[in-house]
Amino acid sequence: MTSITTDSPAPAIAYRSLVTRRIFILGLLVGLLVLSIAVDVSLGPARYSVADVLRTLFAPADADVQMRVVVWDIRMPMAMLAVTVGASLSLAGAQMQTILANPLASPFTLGLSAAASFGAALAMVLGVALFPAAISLMVPINAFLMAMAAALLIFGLSTLRGVTVETIILLGIALVFSFNAALALLQYFASEQALSAVVFWTMGSLTKATWGKVAVTAVILVLCVPLFARRAWALTAIRLGEARAAAMGVPVRRLRLEALFLVSLLAAVPVSFVGTIGFIGIVGPHVARLLLGEDQRFFLPGAMLAGALILSATSVLSKALLPGAVLPIGIITALVGVPFFAALILTKGRKAW
Amino acid sequence: MVTLQLDNLGARYGRHEILSEATTPPIRGGSLTALVGANAAGKSTLFRRIAGQMQGAGFARRNGAGAEDLRYMPQDTEMNAALTVYESIILALKQDGGGWRLSASELGAVNDVLARLGISTLAERQLPELSGGQRQVVSIAQTLVSRPRIILMDEPTSALDLYRQYEVLEALQSYAAETGAVMILALHDLNQVMRCCMTTIALGEGSILATGPTLEVLNPAMIRRLYGINSRVERCSQGCPMMIVDGPAEGNRINV
Repeated sequence: MTSITTDSPAPAIAYRSLVTRRIFILGLLVGLLVLSIAVDVSLGPARYSVADVLRTLFAPADADVQMRVVVWDIRMPMAMLAVTVGASLSLAGAQMQTILANPLASPFTLGLSAAASFGAALAMVLGVALFPAAISLMVPINAFLMAMAAALLIFGLSTLRGVTVETIILLGIALVFSFNAALALLQYFASEQALSAVVFWTMGSLTKATWGKVAVTAVILVLCVPLFARRAWALTAIRLGEARAAAMGVPVRRLRLEALFLVSLLAAVPVSFVGTIGFIGIVGPHVARLLLGEDQRFFLPGAMLAGALILSATSVLSKALLPGAVLPIGIITALVGVPFFAALILTKGRKAW
Repeated sequence: MVTLQLDNLGARYGRHEILSEATTPPIRGGSLTALVGANAAGKSTLFRRIAGQMQGAGFARRNGAGAEDLRYMPQDTEMNAALTVYESIILALKQDGGGWRLSASELGAVNDVLARLGISTLAERQLPELSGGQRQVVSIAQTLVSRPRIILMDEPTSALDLYRQYEVLEALQSYAAETGAVMILALHDLNQVMRCCMTTIALGEGSILATGPTLEVLNPAMIRRLYGINSRVERCSQGCPMMIVDGPAEGNRINV
């Protein structure tokens, strides 16, 4: 057959080296994450040397009691919660962007974070519990229920006939504005003490981390990841366009609903624990996309690693920027992340979003 | 030999009936079949109906091919995913099932389809960097990589330059001849149809008006009925039939 292009010898060889490169990048991300966790654990108001902290980590029985408590009960839960929350939010954002074919989709832009803030504020300002629970759990449970309600509203709407991806995005944006307005109204009537609690909550913070919260977020990840992994090829195909994916035999509608449900869980739980950390859900997936492309075999772990790494590194920065103080992490993610993100997008200069 | 026969196929969007009683004799594989008709005649609808993406009356009877042997290539759309051409073709191959690992034969199938369509040099390019024409050929590669036996393609050459049109149609012809596959292409260029397609299905007035050897179906009367155009068929210097347009016909245009 004649051809106007000359055939390169073996595209498969080039592809294999691409795969090798991607596995290497994933490995690099894992390495950086481990490093970031180690630094995160060694930083804090009580000044311990890195060596002491590592010794306490690997041989807790030999360490003194105070150090063991600080490292194992305070710093480790915070460091690990940064990892699980970062991974969850980033994975949620990645799959929202995939199934909604929109680079701006994330738990933040679809109103889940705003709904959670409103739920939390209900507890803090009015003392309203949406579900009877212990006082200490009222805020996260309220936040979770509102976030889940917002997610299920979007989910329910997308099961209706004739609802397009654009409609879902627009409804999400409408939700953001509605919940923000409701939140502002609560703040307007709030006492000074409640107001500062609400403001602090919406800034996002890892300081209330416990092993229980780490476990809950980790379990949800462990449940959701295999379900996404099994549909890796179909999810990737959706990014070629709905018509093309359907022509390849992908049950687009069903897959979108399943993914939307999982994403709701993945986003609502972390948000209810740590407050509004909007940035991760958008940036994590974009970093993974730029580094690894959108083949879900690499994109899925890549998005989780990128999100975990960004939030963990942010946790380090939040302690390192002002000695002795821990800045709210939601602020740092945006302040530090945005310039980095802009640089990445502008220098890569690809046409893919 | 694979055959496809349409038996009283119908399709509707809500109350609006697009297609009814679309019937053909068995369409034989091994060569190209054209699907012609005016804009909005229901060509894409007919394809979607055959591919099982739409419900409706009637049957598309496949002989010698299962449902998994059928591939439908929709009309050209954007592809803005961060995937290389090679990855996008693997993806099409992997939709039939299988895990995360790629076998040597799967990689071989991708190499083969790239070479067949003359786009091996595009393998490492990112999809969003492709031109419209390149994207269309990649789309064809995605459709053929699983070696389907019934193939429906919606305007596969609409974005291609003159040379590439014939190069791609030649590649499709040789694919059909090698595999005995039924290949139905929705085409607008009737000269392409006359040159490359043995059989033609004429779609108009909400149904199939004729199915048969291309030159018999595409007679001046049928072309006037389908498109409202006066035309005649002449031979080029190589003996190839060509349609010459003489101008619009008066009052014969189908209302669609």
